[in-house]
Amino acid sequence: MKTLTFLARQAPFGSSSAKACLDMVLASAVFEQQVNYVFLDDGVWQLVRGHAPDGIGAKNTLAALQALELYGVDNVYALDESMSERQLTQAHLQIPVRLCTRAELGAMINASDVVTAL
Amino acid sequence: MIISVLVTGSPVSQQAAQSALSFCTAVLASGHTLYRVFFYEDGVHTGNALTVAPQDERNLNTAWSEFIQQHQLDAVICVASALKRGILNNTEATRYQKPAANLAAGFEISGLGQWVDACLNSDRVVSFGA
Repeated sequence: MKTLTFLARQAPFGSSSAKACLDMVLASAVFEQQVNYVFLDDGVWQLVRGHAPDGIGAKNTLAALQALELYGVDNVYALDESMSERQLTQAHLQIPVRLCTRAELGAMINASDVVTAL
Repeated sequence: MIISVLVTGSPVSQQAAQSALSFCTAVLASGHTLYRVFFYEDGVHTGNALTVAPQDERNLNTAWSEFIQQHQLDAVICVASALKRGILNNTEATRYQKPAANLAAGFEISGLGQWVDACLNSDRVVSFGA
């Protein structure tokens, strides 16, 4: 088993990056790898509940975040400073995440076999 | 060392695919092994055989196609990314009743599982995003 870490860094609906990252996470989980899914920078907006992307002709692909637990993806993190910079708290999010510091993220990356940023 | 490469940037508007080609050339020249090159998101445009470059510019897609064939590399285009962007092989063109197929020689279309497999079987996975 390898440790695959994914860094979701883009806002949810301006590009296809959020869905691309989520698809990679789910594919890795299907192969029963150790997955770390980390939201940072504008990527923390992907976690926010209550998105209504119908209004811009987009599909709410992030509803699938709810399925992470079913796929066995338990290590879901948000970078604390990215959250606080945007005045977001856990109460704004659609799934529970663990907050991590930049130092903890560095250690996580260091301990990973593959890191993918999207 | 066994190396796999992920390309997510567009070959026409970003440097990623060129950087990846240069890197892969160096990988082989240094005696390492390329397990797989996986094209994802806008990177799948690299597999389009119908691109036309201006006369004084190199056609990067052609360069990739020739490189893959010359070294008999495993080059995979993500099927979900490809279909959305109109990169089709004969099978997909027939399946979705499209007027043409355009996948360049050397590339094959497959799923994200191939990328996970590359992660599992490589010592290093190097991403080229933008």
